[in-house]
Amino acid sequence: MSTIPVSDPPAGVHSLWRLRGYLRPYVPALVVMAAAAVGAVALSIAIPLVTRALIDGPITDRDVSGVLPLGLLALALGVLEAVLVWVRRWVQSNAVLGLETDLRRDLYARLQELSMGFHSHWQSGQLLSRATTDLSAIRRFSGFGLLFLVINILQLTVVTIVLLTMYWPLGLVVALAAVPIIWLSMRFEKAYVVVSRRVQDEQGDLATHAEEGAVGIRVIKSFGRSEHVSRRYEEAARRLQATSMDKVRLSARFWTFLEVIPNLAVVVVLLLGAIGVGRGALTPGELVAFITLLLSLVWPVSSLGVILAMAQEAMTAAARILEIFDTEPDIVGGTRTIAEPRGHLRFERVDFAFPDAPDEPVLRGVDLDLRPGETVAVVGATGAGKTALTALVPRLHDVTAGRVTLDGVDVRELDLGHLRRLVATAFEEPTLFSMSARENVTLGRADASDEDVESALQVAQAGFVHDLPWGLDTRIGEQGMALSGGQRQRLALARAVLVRPEVLVLDDTLSALDVHTEKLVEQALASVLGSTTALVVAHRASTVMLADKVALLQGGTITHVGQHRELLETVPAYRELLAADADPAEVPGVVA
Amino acid sequence: MSAQSPESPQSPQSPQSPQSPERSSWRGVAEVDDVEARERELAGRLGSGSRRLLGELLRPYKRAVQLLVLVVVVENAARLSIPYLVKEGIDTGIAPIRRDDDLVPLLTIVGIMLVATLTQAVARQVFLVRSGRIGQDLLLEVRRRVFRHFQALSPAFHDDYTSGRVISRQTSDVDAIYEMLETGFDGLVTAALTLIGTAGLLLFLDVELGLVALLCGPFLAWLTNWFRKASADSYRRTREKVALVIVHFVESMGGIRAVQAFRREPRNQEIFDDVNDQYRAANLHAFRLVAWFMPGIRLIGNVTIGVVLLYGGYLAFHGDVTVGVLAAFLLYLRAFFEPMMEISQFYNTFQSASAALEKLAGVLDEEPGVPEPTDPVPVREARGEVRFDHVVFEYAPGRPVLPDLDLVVPAGQTLALVGTTGAGKTTLAKLATRFYDPVAGRVLLDGTDVRRLSSADLREHVVMVTQENYLFSGTIADNIRFGKPDATMEEVVGATTALGAHDFIAALPDGYETDVANRGGRLSAGQRQLVAFARAFLADPAVLILDEATSSLDIPSERMVQRALRTVLAGRTAVIIAHRLSTVEIADRVIVMEHGRIVEDGSPAELVAGGEGRYSDLHDAWLASLA
Repeated sequence: MSTIPVSDPPAGVHSLWRLRGYLRPYVPALVVMAAAAVGAVALSIAIPLVTRALIDGPITDRDVSGVLPLGLLALALGVLEAVLVWVRRWVQSNAVLGLETDLRRDLYARLQELSMGFHSHWQSGQLLSRATTDLSAIRRFSGFGLLFLVINILQLTVVTIVLLTMYWPLGLVVALAAVPIIWLSMRFEKAYVVVSRRVQDEQGDLATHAEEGAVGIRVIKSFGRSEHVSRRYEEAARRLQATSMDKVRLSARFWTFLEVIPNLAVVVVLLLGAIGVGRGALTPGELVAFITLLLSLVWPVSSLGVILAMAQEAMTAAARILEIFDTEPDIVGGTRTIAEPRGHLRFERVDFAFPDAPDEPVLRGVDLDLRPGETVAVVGATGAGKTALTALVPRLHDVTAGRVTLDGVDVRELDLGHLRRLVATAFEEPTLFSMSARENVTLGRADASDEDVESALQVAQAGFVHDLPWGLDTRIGEQGMALSGGQRQRLALARAVLVRPEVLVLDDTLSALDVHTEKLVEQALASVLGSTTALVVAHRASTVMLADKVALLQGGTITHVGQHRELLETVPAYRELLAADADPAEVPGVVA
Repeated sequence: MSAQSPESPQSPQSPQSPQSPERSSWRGVAEVDDVEARERELAGRLGSGSRRLLGELLRPYKRAVQLLVLVVVVENAARLSIPYLVKEGIDTGIAPIRRDDDLVPLLTIVGIMLVATLTQAVARQVFLVRSGRIGQDLLLEVRRRVFRHFQALSPAFHDDYTSGRVISRQTSDVDAIYEMLETGFDGLVTAALTLIGTAGLLLFLDVELGLVALLCGPFLAWLTNWFRKASADSYRRTREKVALVIVHFVESMGGIRAVQAFRREPRNQEIFDDVNDQYRAANLHAFRLVAWFMPGIRLIGNVTIGVVLLYGGYLAFHGDVTVGVLAAFLLYLRAFFEPMMEISQFYNTFQSASAALEKLAGVLDEEPGVPEPTDPVPVREARGEVRFDHVVFEYAPGRPVLPDLDLVVPAGQTLALVGTTGAGKTTLAKLATRFYDPVAGRVLLDGTDVRRLSSADLREHVVMVTQENYLFSGTIADNIRFGKPDATMEEVVGATTALGAHDFIAALPDGYETDVANRGGRLSAGQRQLVAFARAFLADPAVLILDEATSSLDIPSERMVQRALRTVLAGRTAVIIAHRLSTVEIADRVIVMEHGRIVEDGSPAELVAGGEGRYSDLHDAWLASLA
């Protein structure tokens, strides 16, 4: 969860503007919203004016008949204002949430299209913050910020004009005071965003420590290092505390400022206004209206700065989201399909390097032929490129030179869905999702019948799922039942077998199984492997025994292909990798 | 999330509560759902646990809190005096100007207003900073306590509680309290004082008009109460739905390889659209509540102002109230309704903070299952004799995993434990390291019951390495030094060289300084395990327990570890649990376990020599598998 700072892409109004298409379905709603907002603002200006009329008219003139209509008018306007606020909020909620939901849906869809090359250098946390924090920033601005940016400027202008006409010296004071307040609140908001980000980062660091303390608890206990990790945690917590205090001090200054400003304004207006009334330049009703109107400006003025900063944030967020929308998927399917797939898999002079390290080739000139129904084991030291080799078949990565063909067709020319239906992989590190066991097993074939699921579980020796509290409906994964490494691998195997692929790829799928279970799985697998082309990564002799032939991968190329016994006898490097009894003299049990 | 050993107590015993019908079927059912449901009920209630915790935390700040109360009262008094002063200004300041251009009364009032404004500013600043300080101190203390308490709780507790919940206690729950301190606390205090102060002032200004204005009280109370209840519910639902969105998003992206390899995209999109829409609906509900509440308050406020104008106008007409009083009323009513709007914002934060506090208090009340001895027996030099004296152990009552284990491992012996999954091997290891305490009987180190040793002493002398080779963030050297923080670089290199791990570490881009968090993903399981071994070797314990420690290694690495193990194990007691007999072969003695009992005991050669028996069978099968 460590936060690697990623520099934000350049942001500007154009970033937001490019997302305008998402607002299109809500244009009528936006119009209603704007109309309601303008109406409400007009009314909030009108009510103090009615008050003034009441004070200066009937009360001063002692005209009791005038009190009732003006009072009722004020009442009616007040009710109408509340109704308009309701209309605005009601319409707004639907529109902005629709916008946010649509954007999030498309973001997710695009991310699913992007290849492993993209995902391997983006942490899921960074992607998540785009799907949550950034989208909320855009939602807040498009629903609230944009509207009030316009409304507030409008309200500010209108009220200032009203004030100026009412009593110009006071109006001038108000108009001049607005500028520094807007500027200050904008500056504050920017500083606030910076310090908030810092707090967030440090909270992230602290979360990493909490995570280590939880996940690593057995290691910590084993070594009796609780004190050490506690101190590390406390250091991080203290840093966070200090930053949080910076934030507290900053916002304390700002809020104090915001509360004091209107009171100061009232003091000035009272002083000048009362003198004005005393000298007959202003009526008492006008003075009261003046003060009320002035106070009604406090929020629009101070929020203008906040809204401007909000706009900035939304632009950055939009740019960060566009960065993903603008990334074109680099692995795109072709159009061809194989009508009658036989499962003939060939690697032809295949080169491969990971996209983030193009100068470090992982595979060089790999040639390998898997005839239909044949099982080939790939053996090699850690880092020899075995997993990379398996990833090329379903095009999780693409070759950098050469080609991989299935039944004579380059996999890059095949429809991607079609290709991945023909090829199924069971990974060494099986990914389980926080879903039911059934959903996890039927990942590649949602319409599998219970019988199919049952027989796949049988092959993978994964019958243990029936003993889970709710059987196949038990949620597994992070948010559910924890399974052992061996159990997870068996589920991953069942998942791959269930698809009934033409080509089955087993990437060291049995490494976490105990000897006994491994034997059972191998026996059951034999029936599947008889009819399916299989590429099996292995680091145990027992797994290699499943294969018809073995390919030895060394330094990115295949150096030997042959029978297990043959290689064991003739190739020392192979012997080094697979023969556990390489130094019989050191193993007393064997000597005896 | 850690892999669970098959022997762990979390293995299901019996079906729990029935599946509730409304759950989406893809999600499946889990016990956590019930736990979450129970935790949900806690929301918004301050139970005895959290009240006690809060009291305990606040005790050192008693004086400071008293002072703050004073400051906040002064601040509010100053703030509320402004409209009153406006009234005075209009009623008594204007007449002298009209009469004989006498500015003194007005200037006096304006002067008082300035002082009040200044007082308010200073008091507010002091209050915000001081209360922020206390809040942050409390938060630090809560974090400190919770982390340390989790560290003190036994692995058995952690097995049950799961790391996910341990983490969320320390992140989202503590953050909920942070949130409340940051936004809610100040708002709540100010709103309460404003409400009371304003009501009092209205009555003071004019009893009759004040009573009329306060007629809005019941409506306000009703609306706020309705909103409080409705929004608590809706807020909780929103949290749940956003959690679903986040989990599905993160898991899809984290497992993108499997997603793409299995053409899972359309189904994932379907599920995501579903949770995304559920989140939208929950949010919409929440937004609409506010869409009723906010204008509702506005309506009550505007109607009250209208009524005050009508009735006030009537009274003013009769000369019963002055224009100044009317103006003050309008200003006070404004101040009266504004904080009501804000209440809607911080009620939710208050709600989740109180729930979080209750959960944290619950954790802190948890007693460590493996308590520290009150009167520990000091250990200087451990020889390393481990003895199980009629040990009985069960995870679930009535289902003993070890019915009666009697075993002595002499100092310096290398003992291998062999047996099927569930035979009790890992349990034995966990008892020796005191991850658990036996139900009956004793575990002794050099003749002393391990329950009488301080955990610092015990952990120094007994170390366990499991297949779960967790690496902490930091450099590789940091990780190797984990068991012995003061080790020099020479010692670190010495350890890795003895284990044959030096070469691959030195070949990494930054060698020993390579950051595990960034580059650790590139370490293979075998390499990580070698680092874990080096960590144990450097710690130099008298007793070393290896639980399946070599199972994830490939053969060359295993062979390397095998050779290293001779070095590592020389001169210390070792208990090795392994499925693969290649690891077992270096043992002085082998014990075969079945259903928690020892069924065979002897040197590997002896057990094989007999030609029959379980170990001999296993050995034959193993030789066959090497082929």
